[in-house]
Amino acid sequence: MSEALSAALALLVGLDSRLVEIVLLSLRVSLSAVAIAALLGLPLGAAIAVSRFPGRQAVIVVLNALMGLPPVVVGLLVYLLLSRAGPLGALGILFTPSAMVFAQSILILPIVAALSRQAIEDAWREYEEQLRSLGAGRMSAALTLLWDTRFSLLTTILAGFGRAAAEVGAVMIVGGNIDGVTRVMTTTIALETSKGDLPLALGLGMILIAIVIAVNAAAHLTRELAQRRYG
Amino acid sequence: MSNGPILPLRLADVSFAAGGRTIIDRISLEIETGPSTIILGANGAGKSVLMRLMHGLLKPSSDRIDWYAPERPGAPRKQAMVFQRPVMLRRSAYANVAYALKIAGIPEPQRGALVRDSLESVGLSHLARRSARVLSGGEQQRLALARAWALHPEVLFLDEPTASLDPSATREIESVIKAFDAAGTKVVMATHNLGQARRLGDEILFINQGRLVERAPVEQFFSKPQSAQAAAFIKGELPWT
Ligand SMILES: Nc1ncnc2c1ncn2[C@@H]1O[C@H](COP(=O)(O)OP(=O)(O)OP(=O)(O)O)[C@@H](O)[C@H]1O
Ligand SMILES: [Mg+2]
Repeated sequence: MSEALSAALALLVGLDSRLVEIVLLSLRVSLSAVAIAALLGLPLGAAIAVSRFPGRQAVIVVLNALMGLPPVVVGLLVYLLLSRAGPLGALGILFTPSAMVFAQSILILPIVAALSRQAIEDAWREYEEQLRSLGAGRMSAALTLLWDTRFSLLTTILAGFGRAAAEVGAVMIVGGNIDGVTRVMTTTIALETSKGDLPLALGLGMILIAIVIAVNAAAHLTRELAQRRYG
Repeated sequence: MSNGPILPLRLADVSFAAGGRTIIDRISLEIETGPSTIILGANGAGKSVLMRLMHGLLKPSSDRIDWYAPERPGAPRKQAMVFQRPVMLRRSAYANVAYALKIAGIPEPQRGALVRDSLESVGLSHLARRSARVLSGGEQQRLALARAWALHPEVLFLDEPTASLDPSATREIESVIKAFDAAGTKVVMATHNLGQARRLGDEILFINQGRLVERAPVEQFFSKPQSAQAAAFIKGELPWT
């Protein structure tokens, strides 16, 4: 065990090329996914927050429930979509990083949309009369709220990133865990551990934990700074 | 867009009910250009709700509120309101005023001078760069007035603009309100402060339990109230609180 640990540290310190490649792919996939989820999820959250339509409560309940989507189920659904016989089979992206980005985007879209909907709706409750008094229409009110809740939204995005970086089920199914092509931190850890090759698994595990801690620290600092600076 | 005045404002038998209660009960009145109108009444009388109805933030449950020239939805507003608790955006004091101008359709190059002028007029120039939400209650209240000032509204609704302010902050706010009046803005203000009503008002609307009980020029209201409720209210309220 301690042997495995020191071997893992050696990989980290030596910036082992295999390890670096895997970490970079993980970051690329999860950051792309979070960018897509933010691009779609923030406007969606804002729109639901400031609009009133029949069935709105149901939409919110479903959205909140989707935050807990099991990654393997998302992986399965995206697999069916992208498989050769599936509706998006023509894209031919199954078992590529693009498929992994696709799956993770779907996994965290509800997180970004639901959490931003909550933050924006709270702000809307506070601002509504003032904004209507000034004559702001729905569209400009929504944009104002997006900007004014920017720190909560950043926290939301970080939460989405944390979830994407740490999930294993979805990328495993749609990526196929192909060495040098679609192998990311979580899938490598799963595979190497089952093979009994602990150093790489441990090294990646440490990096993953460091990333998760860094993301949470960033979220915390953002909140603190915003609170102090803007009240 | 018409450039004519939106006043007078006419309320015909306006009622407002919420939660199974009648909060505003068949009020009819007309608000005209000119001297300030003060809405007086005890806590819960319906002052804030009445002003929200006039300002268009609430819809009456029955009958009509008519402006002489109704504002078109989406067009820049000719009326402004300063709320009992002002709401500031998470940006600088300067940016909060500039935001109101942007919504009002004032082109960017003209905004700077208007913002500086209105911050100056409420004595907040030195805090222009400060984040609006960390300002003190009195400063936020003045900023809310600056925001309204920049818009040069035809009508300004003020909901207890000096509640919870100290006497010197109150005096500052009152001088800004007088400046609005002098600049030709019609001021409609709710207050509990009878001294303030005397200092700023020309006519009093006295509201009790959602009904308009009395409407009279200030002097007459205080010296010869026509209703028992108004007399009791004047006796009961401490003039300087
Ligand atoms: N949206 C609402 N739904 C239900 N009740 C309401 C609503 N708004 C106001 N009320 C009630 O209507 C009554 C009048 O409220 P309003 O805020 O107009 O009083 P006010 O005269 O401004 O009092 P204050 O001097 O305390 O500000 C209160 O009893 C209040 O609880
Ligand atoms: Mg009130």
